[in-house]
This record gives sequence, C-alpha cells and structure tokens, in this order.
Amino acid sequence: MLAALTGLFACQLAGEFLVRALGLPLPGPVLGLLLLLLFLVLRGSVPKSLEVTANGLLRHLGLLFVPAGVGVITQLEPIAGAWPGLLVALVVSTGLALAGTGWLYARMAHRPKGRKA
Amino acid sequence: MTPLQEIWVYLAERPLFALTLTLATWLGAQWIFERSGGRAWANPVLLSVLALSVFLLASRTEYATYFEGAQFIHFLLGPATVALAIPLYHQLGRIRRNAPAIAAGLATGSLLAVASTLILLALFGAGPLLLASLAPKSVTSPVAMALAEQLGGSPPLAAVHVILTGILGASFGPWLLDRLRIADEAARGLALGVAAHGIGTARALRESGRCGAFAGLGMGLNALLTAAYLPLLGGLLSG
Repeated sequence: MLAALTGLFACQLAGEFLVRALGLPLPGPVLGLLLLLLFLVLRGSVPKSLEVTANGLLRHLGLLFVPAGVGVITQLEPIAGAWPGLLVALVVSTGLALAGTGWLYARMAHRPKGRKA
Repeated sequence: MTPLQEIWVYLAERPLFALTLTLATWLGAQWIFERSGGRAWANPVLLSVLALSVFLLASRTEYATYFEGAQFIHFLLGPATVALAIPLYHQLGRIRRNAPAIAAGLATGSLLAVASTLILLALFGAGPLLLASLAPKSVTSPVAMALAEQLGGSPPLAAVHVILTGILGASFGPWLLDRLRIADEAARGLALGVAAHGIGTARALRESGRCGAFAGLGMGLNALLTAAYLPLLGGLLSG
C-alpha cells in the first residue's frame, strides 16, 4: 500500500514537473494520470496493491472536494449581486451539457451484445 | 470566559478540529445519502458543503482557519486524480472502439456549456468580468482558473462557479439522465465528466467503474478542448 501511494505521488510529481517545464495547458495531476496510464499499458496489467489503494482513494473522491467547496463562502458578495442570472446560467448550461453529451454518445456508441440501449 | 469557552477557542484554532469536523460531516452526509436511496438533494458533497458553510458563517470562523485543517483532505485530490488511471486502463478497449462517439459527445457538451452560459449571462445583463469568469465553469478548477484569468475574469470567482457547477451536475445529473432515458453507463459517465468535472466523476464512480472511467475521460478531455478554443473567444468577450 505504501509503495502504491508512493507511485501515485511520484506520477503526480512528474506531471507537475513536466507541465511547468513544457508550459502545458493542463493540471499536473492530469498529466500524472496519463503517465500512470502509459505505465499500465506498457506493463499490461495493474499491480494488485495499486488497484486496492486506488479504489480506496476513489471511493471517497467526493470528500476530497469538500474543503474547496466550502470556499464558496469567500465569494458570497459578488454572487449575491447577480444571483438570478448566475442560477439560471448554471442550471441551464449544466443541464444542456449533460443532455447533449449523454444523448449523442448513447446514439453513436457501439452497443454491447445483449444489453439494452 | 468560562473554562469551556476557553477550550473551545483553543480547539477551534487547531487544524485537528477542522479536519475531524470535515470527516465527521462527510460520514453523516453519506449516511443520509444512503438512507434517502440516493436522492439528488442528498448528494453528500452538496450536504457537506452546505452544513460546513453554515457552521463557519454562524461561528464566524475564517475560511483560512478552516482550511488549515481541511488542507490535509484537499491535498489528496492530486493522487486521487492520478488514481483515475486504473479505471481508465480497464476501459481502454471500449474507449478505443467508441472514439468517434466520445469526440462528438465531448465537443457538443463542451460547446453547449460555454455558449449557453455566455448567452444566458448576457441576457441577464452580466458584465464582462462575470462572462469571463464563468465561461470555463464546466472545466476542472486549475484549468478553469487559468482560462478565466486569460480572458480577463477573476480566478476565485471562476473556482467557486466551477465547484457550484460540479455540485449541481453531480447532484441532479443522474436524475436528468434518468428522465432522458440515457441508461448506457459510458454515456452517463462521459456526460457527468464533461459537464461536472471531478465532482461529477466522484458521483459517476458510485454508479460503476465503467461510469467513473468515462467521467474521468470526459473531465480530462474537456479541460484540454476548452483550453484550446476558449482563449480564441477572448476578443469576442472584451469587444
């Protein structure tokens, strides 16, 4: 488990380094994800301990967004001044993005045999 | 001050308090979510953020004080993002087979999110600062903040709307997808990732590994795509 955690941190660190060194427009952890994916493809399988550690972290992924989410209270003033427009824009645009992506993908994707649409 | 008040004032300033409070709130919110049968309004991120915000405002605790403890949880976002490589690896075959469908769904969702935000805000008379800050709100927050700044917006305002978008999409997205009869796990995941980034991905992982993998894919690809085209709109926004 400690080895797996070290591996995840190492991928993130390499990602953060490369993003800055090459001036890439994506966050370090996302590049770290790609590096780990490349490693797994080359290796051809996922080490058992990495699978267990990753599942443990991802099971509570929502929790990890809570501290940043509470940061909403630092921006209450600009929000309060324009809240009707902000609310409509957030609700409608998020709904449209969800519906557009989900609908188009479901229409175009190959259907696995024996499954409902 | 009574001794009890003194102890409270001492503890409220320690990182351990905010850390424990956040974990306990999360466990409580998760319990409610499960008891409710997974209702949209009971999304654990939504409930936790609401409860903690009300607590901080009522107790007049500074966000910075709270974050001193909560940062230990926040820190794990990096390695957790890297860990999304594992569900993605298990879905690589399906991703390759469906590359055209992924590209079409991604481009449609990304453009719909940005265009409808700009049009609706303009209709409500919002100024260029709000337009620039909210345009990238479906994108994961580090990229959204950088894009907002590039367009002349405010990074903290962008971050807050990224979070609100994520909570909204993660809470009510599965409900909306049910209404639209989109049952394909990959389609649901991709939609949650494109529209609601990491918070949507956290919700998708609860449905299945495949749903979570496609959400992680949607989140990463939408960050790249939006970073490629949004700066081109910069002239339009300021003009």
